[in-house]
Amino acid sequence: MTKLTLQSFLVLMVFTILTGVIYPVTVTMIAQATFAYQANGSLIKSADGKVIGSELLGQQFSDAKYFFSRPSSTAPFAYNAAGSAGSNLGPTNADLFKQMGARIEHLQPEAGQKVPVDLVTASASGLDPHISPEAAIFQIDRIAKARNLDSAKVRTLVDQFVEQPQMHLFGEPRVNVLKLNIALDGLK
Amino acid sequence: MNTHDIFQLVFYVVTLTLLSVPLGIYMADVYENKKTFLTPIVQPMEKLIYRLCSVDAAAEMHWKRYAMAMMIFNGMGLLAVYFLQRTQGMLPLNPQALPGVSPDSALNTAISFASNTNWQGYSGEQTMSYLTQMLGLTVQNFVSAATGMAVLAAFMRAFARQSTDLIGNFWVDLVRSICYVLLPLALVLSLALVSQGVVQTFNPFSEYTPIESIKDAKGEQVSKPMIALGPAASQVAIKQLGTNGGGFFNVNSSHPLENPTPFSNYLEVLSILLIPAALCWTFGRMVGAIRQGAVIFISMSFVFLVALLICSISEGSGNPLFHQFMNLASITNMEGKEVRFGVFLSTLWATATTVASNGSVNSMHDSLLPVAGMMPMLMMQLGEVIFGGVGSGLYGMIVFALITVFIAGLMVGRTPEYLGKKIESFEVKMASIIILIPPALVLIGTAVAVSLDAGVSSLCNHGAHGFSEILYAFSSAGNNNGSAFAGLNANTPFYNYALGIAMFYARFWLAVPVLAIAGSIAGKKTVPQGAGTLPTDTVLFVILLISVVIIFGALTFFPALALGPIVEHLQMIFKK
Repeated sequence: MTKLTLQSFLVLMVFTILTGVIYPVTVTMIAQATFAYQANGSLIKSADGKVIGSELLGQQFSDAKYFFSRPSSTAPFAYNAAGSAGSNLGPTNADLFKQMGARIEHLQPEAGQKVPVDLVTASASGLDPHISPEAAIFQIDRIAKARNLDSAKVRTLVDQFVEQPQMHLFGEPRVNVLKLNIALDGLK
Repeated sequence: MNTHDIFQLVFYVVTLTLLSVPLGIYMADVYENKKTFLTPIVQPMEKLIYRLCSVDAAAEMHWKRYAMAMMIFNGMGLLAVYFLQRTQGMLPLNPQALPGVSPDSALNTAISFASNTNWQGYSGEQTMSYLTQMLGLTVQNFVSAATGMAVLAAFMRAFARQSTDLIGNFWVDLVRSICYVLLPLALVLSLALVSQGVVQTFNPFSEYTPIESIKDAKGEQVSKPMIALGPAASQVAIKQLGTNGGGFFNVNSSHPLENPTPFSNYLEVLSILLIPAALCWTFGRMVGAIRQGAVIFISMSFVFLVALLICSISEGSGNPLFHQFMNLASITNMEGKEVRFGVFLSTLWATATTVASNGSVNSMHDSLLPVAGMMPMLMMQLGEVIFGGVGSGLYGMIVFALITVFIAGLMVGRTPEYLGKKIESFEVKMASIIILIPPALVLIGTAVAVSLDAGVSSLCNHGAHGFSEILYAFSSAGNNNGSAFAGLNANTPFYNYALGIAMFYARFWLAVPVLAIAGSIAGKKTVPQGAGTLPTDTVLFVILLISVVIIFGALTFFPALALGPIVEHLQMIFKK
């Protein structure tokens, strides 16, 4: 019993050092040496060196001249990158339908226009960087109008930013909203 | 499910199977102390550990001593995690200056990580310092997984031996599980994940200036928005491999910095089932009949695939209540899902994470449609034996195999035997304890929680779905899974203590009787197969085993499921 207790203590100490210190530090060192950009959060910087976000994290856009991201349930404000959260609303919860109804109204679809469902439902993380290609196309006319641009030009840009399933196999087609909006600002 | 989904599914199942065989055979060599390709590199470290810890690697243990070592070691780990959380405010590597964790939450988390459950009542990036994540949680991810594997190694060894009361050395099985299996795999996986964008840094959270300034609910500008970072990849890798499941961030693997791309998602969901699947082959190899392992692997795969199809097809059919919005393009249920994963990869993960006792998530299970959400719940309720936890899933399934030969023996008047060992009253008594404890914890826990204000006041959704939230929580804790219908606010003293108790007993009250069976089996002589022996490597046995698991689970939980997801499903289809 005493011997087992002593051994327990020693084994725990050894593994605390091996798997709790040596392992994460080794991974960090290799990661920083080989994939520094990814390991530090895939941060996007502006010309003057300020961090304007991460290409992997969505941001809130409410100005009509930008593509909107998906609804986010993070607190205390949407797209809080320091506090991920989903809504956890169940599939029969009346609150869900109230929120969806308000979001559809906010998007002001024209007669006959159908709203893509990902634009009115909250993502799992509250930080989803993507919308579906359909959700991007849905917003083209609004953006072209707000920016006095030709719709076709915006459409071309959107097409450039549609990512197909990774390696032709994994996942769904998608558009990174932040990267698209940055490119949009660069459009002459 | 469309063809794209089916391609992804086939690719997943094929690669999982192909990888599990060599890994399983490799692990058999590890537990039989044979030379492997890693021996030249790992053995010096292994020997150093034995020397430092004054372990005599050649001395084997009686099952009682083995159990004692396991209990003391895990108890000590539990205390270490508890005190680390309580004192993290005074300790280094805490760039966000997070305070100590409350006593009930710290105890819950300590039990949760020591018992390989990794239920999270807290939000990772807002509660745990980098130091706690590394020294406390990452370490337990390794040692709790290795504990399950060690118990299994002893259990498998018992069937391979005869007329001895020794079942192996706990320290050796533990050390070898980590040094030869978990650590090398975690190193490779974590770097692969970093390449996809999972963060791995000791830098503090990054301040940033978003394109549009952020306003809070009162319309005031948020001055310093932050991006949460940390040494995530190293922890995510082991949480996936060791069926742990406790995320670095609050929303686990739906967080873009924890699971950034569809390919990282593939690697992570593959890792969930990799070791549990491989252990089936380890078992076959160690008992000297690979077909015995194949029978278990096929039984598990069958239940997994059926559950996956039900979950996926049901979720893919969409929420009929969305038809109330005339101008919605589709009724696909994207609430609580990420665009890069869509419906299929979300349901694949939900099923894999609950057949295994992993419990990580890449979508919010609480927002799944009723039938789709019932499948993860049911997979946990089956006792986490369909792949299950690393080690614990397979020893649970072998216990079900013992029950199966016993029932078959009763039906046709044959002597129950498994792998040449007579199954007698002691084994059946222990097996009954093992399969009865989790349902008792789940059903009694749920009943208590729904009767108390403290239980009901935490609900996010109400009505039938609220009942599901509570049933899910106890199914998860009572079977050491760790996933949640996360709308339930479980970070209250009531849930922290109640679920903590469930997790503790679900783990250790099962592991100890398993070791008792191991001790008893190892002591028996191996008898040659006779005319009265029910062969356990046939299709018939696969069917029998699956039937016993399903019938036992279904009979036990049907009434409870009827009150939750089944009622909600009916409400949903009739309300439209």
